[in-house]
Amino acid sequence: MTEKTPLYDSHLAAGGRMVDFAGWIMPVNYGSQIEEHTAVRTDAGMFDVSHMTIIDINGPDAEDFLRSIIANDVASLLVNQALYSALLNEAGGILDDLIVYRLDDGFRCVVNASTRQKVLDWFALHAYADMTFAHKPQIMIAIQGPKAIQRLSAVTAILLLDELKPFYAMPHDDWLIGRTGYTGEDGVEVMLPVEQGIRLWQQLRDAGVAPAGLGARDTLRLEAGLNLYGQDMDETTSPLVSNIGWTVAWNPPERNFIGRAAIEAQRGNAEEKLVGLVLEDKGILRHDQKVITNAGDGVITSGTYSPSLEYSIGLARVPKGATGECQVDIRGKLKKARLVKPPFVRKGKDLVSKS
Amino acid sequence: MSEIPNEMKYAATHEWARLEEDGTVTVGISDHAQQALGDVVYVEMPEIGLTISEGEEAGVVESVKAASDIYAPVRGEVIEVNPKLDDAPETVNEDPYGEGWFFKIQPSDLADLDELLDAESYAEVCDAEDH
Repeated sequence: MTEKTPLYDSHLAAGGRMVDFAGWIMPVNYGSQIEEHTAVRTDAGMFDVSHMTIIDINGPDAEDFLRSIIANDVASLLVNQALYSALLNEAGGILDDLIVYRLDDGFRCVVNASTRQKVLDWFALHAYADMTFAHKPQIMIAIQGPKAIQRLSAVTAILLLDELKPFYAMPHDDWLIGRTGYTGEDGVEVMLPVEQGIRLWQQLRDAGVAPAGLGARDTLRLEAGLNLYGQDMDETTSPLVSNIGWTVAWNPPERNFIGRAAIEAQRGNAEEKLVGLVLEDKGILRHDQKVITNAGDGVITSGTYSPSLEYSIGLARVPKGATGECQVDIRGKLKKARLVKPPFVRKGKDLVSKS
Repeated sequence: MSEIPNEMKYAATHEWARLEEDGTVTVGISDHAQQALGDVVYVEMPEIGLTISEGEEAGVVESVKAASDIYAPVRGEVIEVNPKLDDAPETVNEDPYGEGWFFKIQPSDLADLDELLDAESYAEVCDAEDH
């Protein structure tokens, strides 16, 4: 069974080339993935992310529940503030990555489409007595790019959008507008009721915001050094070997979230790390290619052509001591590459220029 | 709807082959194939002088999203590769049947061309994939 988001007809009307993604029929591009990517880096683009799962958690136990189940700590959140975190299993492996907002009356989690059932089951299994889960259908549109805020303000007349800080949200009637995204550019993600969402999509299109598909979403997030669940990290990898150790809140030490004991043991002595990779020869880095480094072999978790940098970049899981020049086995030929610290591109700027 | 010119022959794997006046065969990928791939960003060509069988892997075309093999539609020797694609791989998207050609083969048996699909049969292959 493939599901359609409420914007399905809007995608067809915009010439979307539809593909199956995690059980959803979604636009991979609307013609040129590179043009959509460039629109987000230089102007504004928008993505339908309604396939992601929005779970509202309310009730007196909601905070204790979240503090017991995710690796980052929601206790520090102010109302309307959000954080990024990993949901771990007992072995410290990542079940999913998610964004959690503290709202006036509870919490809102946004989790991946591909992990929806797994996360709902895991939440139900570990639920506390006095709390509720609600999963209501909404449209979620990510509007991203240096002109995203300006364009959204113009079509909605919502005031003070530009004063919203990163990782803060603003409720507006039935909408929730978060200054978050998955592109490395400024922008917002808007969650709103279905009819209003369809109308907003059209208004943004009329205002010149380019619809962008899953293809551009992938090249943008990879340039921004952001992981894709299921590819750069999964149930067999911990946050500490996935370049998201910063999302683990170790204090207070008595907060015993699921997976803590396992990753505590790995803290400071993980044998692997997730790093960035720049290809210096011609070719394209791809998932699963072997990386040969000064400290042993590793593997590419994500690879692509970077439309902003015009060469190939990737993420790779390599031995802890690996640095500098390395080689990648592309169809039996060894190509020159270099290990770097992601991100590659943020706010339109090249951060890893080739030597 | 993609363009499928009548003067070429096609492989079910989406290469086209055109017999030139000098007896060589030019090879590229179809309009349908370039549309399905999306923006082409890298092309790996066969070595000049390579002797190749029909259906054998002769190169790789990479779009932003994926890598796809290119197969030789006829037997023979690779005598020329398109130098333009090294610096301007997007030519494959812009002009798949013209400037975006991949390589030329000196065929060892012209009868191989008769085994390939004509435009009408190839259109059926594309239709079947789209539905």
